[in-house]
Amino acid sequence: MTQEGGIAEIIVRHRDAKTPARGALLPILHDLQAEYGHVSEDMVRQIAATLNLTRAEVHGVVSFYHDFHKAPHPLPAIKLCRAEACKARGVEALVEEAERVAAGRVEIETVYCLGLCSVGPSAMVGHDVHAALTQEKLNALIEEAA
Amino acid sequence: MNTQKSIVRISDDALALALGADKLAAAFEKAGASVERVSSWGMHWLEPLVEIDGIGYGNAVPGDVAAILAGTAPSIGRIEEHPFIAGQQRLTFARAGKTRPLSLEDYAATGGWVGLEKAKQMAADEIVQEVTASGLRGRGGAGFPAGIKWDTVRKARSDQKYIVCNADEGDSGTFADRMVMEGDPYMLIEGMAIAGLAVGADKGYVYIRSEYPHAIAKMHAAARHCAHIIAPFSVEIRVGAGAYVCGEETSLLNSIEGRRGEVRAKPPLPALKGLFGKPTVINNLLTLAAIPWIMNKGGKAYADYGMGRSRGTIPVQIAGNVKYGGLYETAFGIPLGDLVETIGGGTASGRPVRAAQVGGPLGAYVPVEQFHLPFDYEAFAAVDALIGHAGITVFDDSVDMAKMARFALEFCAAESCGKCTPCRLGSTRGVEVMDQIIAGREVEKNLGLIEDLSDTMKFGSLCALGGFTPYPVMSAIKYFPEDFKHRDFTRETERAGEDA
Repeated sequence: MTQEGGIAEIIVRHRDAKTPARGALLPILHDLQAEYGHVSEDMVRQIAATLNLTRAEVHGVVSFYHDFHKAPHPLPAIKLCRAEACKARGVEALVEEAERVAAGRVEIETVYCLGLCSVGPSAMVGHDVHAALTQEKLNALIEEAA
Repeated sequence: MNTQKSIVRISDDALALALGADKLAAAFEKAGASVERVSSWGMHWLEPLVEIDGIGYGNAVPGDVAAILAGTAPSIGRIEEHPFIAGQQRLTFARAGKTRPLSLEDYAATGGWVGLEKAKQMAADEIVQEVTASGLRGRGGAGFPAGIKWDTVRKARSDQKYIVCNADEGDSGTFADRMVMEGDPYMLIEGMAIAGLAVGADKGYVYIRSEYPHAIAKMHAAARHCAHIIAPFSVEIRVGAGAYVCGEETSLLNSIEGRRGEVRAKPPLPALKGLFGKPTVINNLLTLAAIPWIMNKGGKAYADYGMGRSRGTIPVQIAGNVKYGGLYETAFGIPLGDLVETIGGGTASGRPVRAAQVGGPLGAYVPVEQFHLPFDYEAFAAVDALIGHAGITVFDDSVDMAKMARFALEFCAAESCGKCTPCRLGSTRGVEVMDQIIAGREVEKNLGLIEDLSDTMKFGSLCALGGFTPYPVMSAIKYFPEDFKHRDFTRETERAGEDA
């Protein structure tokens, strides 16, 4: 399927008679982000036309949420939790060396809470979760992701 | 070895997975054992926890498999008799550790759908009365009586009404919503279906944060599997997109509508003009999850638990730097200190406890001197603290409270939706002022500025994000002034040394 065809298919997939059309916007954006790794200007145009929204409205939504990116991420990413509970369990002491190990090969993204607050520090790679991280374990995760 | 008869039970909760439960389960299967994946008991420091015939083996690794199967590995004894479990009053978490999360058979065999069946025989106002009688208050933090909210929606006239479950559990130190979705998803759906009968809504949404992929997968599967049981009510799973503010009810509704997750001014109340402008019950996940028990056993039975105006049980989440962290459901009224020191066992680091932040990133830091506080909405409010979603994050004496206060403001700045000025600008300005304080510049004057700014944010913000960020900030300054006023730079250096 062409990319345009794929995008159209994704937009149509979320049509639901019981919900106003714009209600499908977030599910559409999620699918596009998952499928293509980003939500481009072209996709925004196509969504706007199909859902009868302005491009500005769709752009406003895309730019509001942390999960949607305008361009593909160049690097593999590790989501490292740096919220209070993981701070209390020492995540801040791991960050500097982790950044050094990652050194432009892996993006260490900050997230606030993975819901593993009793066994932190924790991180997520894709959908895989990791807890009770030590410096060694975190470094190993980075090497694996690189 | 008696591997044929006994079933090895291991949780497939995300927390168990994060500690290696999948590899462990695979190792048991390779050794010829039959493995059942169940929900988590909530004794997180023991995960992955293996259960065979009621006996528990904590922190198991694949290398332990042979010894566990041979019965020669050290055990924690009968799990149900473990003090952490035996001391609880589990109503919402009654199935935790005991059932396979997606098994309709297990759910029905443990009292599932009884509440819904009863509700089907009742008039809508009778259902609402039962919820009102239970004294159940919103578990998201605001503590608003669920019965009153439901009654408002019930009485509203409309061609379409909605039930929305707020499962955008973004507060650090909380995981009870996640455990319900991953461990007992049908209970939540049953609660929503009952709400639907009570107010006349046939469509429900569960809004789950994207940081919970395992919960999302389980809820999708559960909604599919039980569609025929809850019909004509139906449930749709919606996924957030990394915006903390969407845990605020009106921005959550905007998000489902495909808009920026910006907060709406109230009134109108969502109960009258909610999702797509229609009357909407929007409840926290734990509120809805308490409903099946209440309908099954009666509102009065639920109200028999608790103290004062805080009725029923509260699933407390013990987290952070704590030895025995996990899910502890108990009647309201238990002293905070019991949860931290006795049940939680103090810090994991072995150092003295210095503070506990209760109620997530917008909750106050409570000093040890106040650990006598009973877990009760009003008792916490009386000392400018809040229960919130009942997460407790424990800190030891190495914590720098000025840095935590700065983080509260930094977090608010990162997550502000930008709609109102006190939150959008106040948080950023607060970080700048806090940096001055941490650097030791004009400390008294800057603390005055922070206080002034906190007042503006508290009373001028549209929602709890800007309105409650002052709680952690001001409580840190009030109870730990030494971390702000006479910053001990030797101690700072020592800390840095320890960290490295």
